[in-house]
Amino acid sequence: MDISMIYYLVPTLVMFCCGIYGFITRKNMIAMLISIELMLNAVDINFVIFNRYLFPGQLEGMMFTLFAIAIAAAETALAIAIIINLFRAHKNIDVSDITKMKF
Amino acid sequence: MESVGSTIVSWMIVIAIIVFSILTVTTRKILRAATYLLFTLFAAAVLYFKLDYEFLGAVQIAVYAGGIVVLFVFSILLTSHPGDNSRRLTSRRRVLGLVAAVLTLGITGAVLFSRCSMMATQLPAMENPSMKLIGETMLGTGAGQYLLPFEAISVLLLACIIGGVVVARKR
Repeated sequence: MDISMIYYLVPTLVMFCCGIYGFITRKNMIAMLISIELMLNAVDINFVIFNRYLFPGQLEGMMFTLFAIAIAAAETALAIAIIINLFRAHKNIDVSDITKMKF
Repeated sequence: MESVGSTIVSWMIVIAIIVFSILTVTTRKILRAATYLLFTLFAAAVLYFKLDYEFLGAVQIAVYAGGIVVLFVFSILLTSHPGDNSRRLTSRRRVLGLVAAVLTLGITGAVLFSRCSMMATQLPAMENPSMKLIGETMLGTGAGQYLLPFEAISVLLLACIIGGVVVARKR
């Protein structure tokens, strides 16, 4: 049997919804960041799938994904720097316990 | 018509993405969450290879598995004890998360399946994009070429390096 587009779009949809669920339910900041990575990746995969199935031979979706990966790396590095700084100040990185951002 | 092996690989990718992304958000040990995230990213990389974008798959493995997940593991080990479970969820928060996720799943899934004719598209034939083509697309200035975003990303990464050092350094 042939694998059509929908077989790849459904798992990415599930992946995105997992990201939403994790982002709302998690309290640990790093776990929230992991959920954000899940959502970003789902969108990246969708770009590639649409490019491959609907516009083969062009590179727009692939370039978007490349740049999105670079931006995701930068974002993660900065977020982790902020989280480690917060940990140093509060000894704890639960979002519910951190009520003020200046110290 | 695809070969049987190719179909089996596709199904394995699909199942791996679904299972590992669900495990990522439901496991209570955070180090395991990072590991399952790594598996999900690997499945995505395999998908890129399967769809003939070898360069993108390599970038995905190098940047995500080699960079981001390692960063996650370091920061997890710095900020929490590896054996700890996360706190039990309050039921209100879990219901809120489930409602948001299921609503998104339902609405987007309905829209997706209402476009069934387009979604039944079969895999068209394509030559693998050569490195020459990718390089020219990334560094060209013509239509459909991306020199300006490339340079903007380099400035962004520089700003990110400086910002990271300033934020995380000891005072």
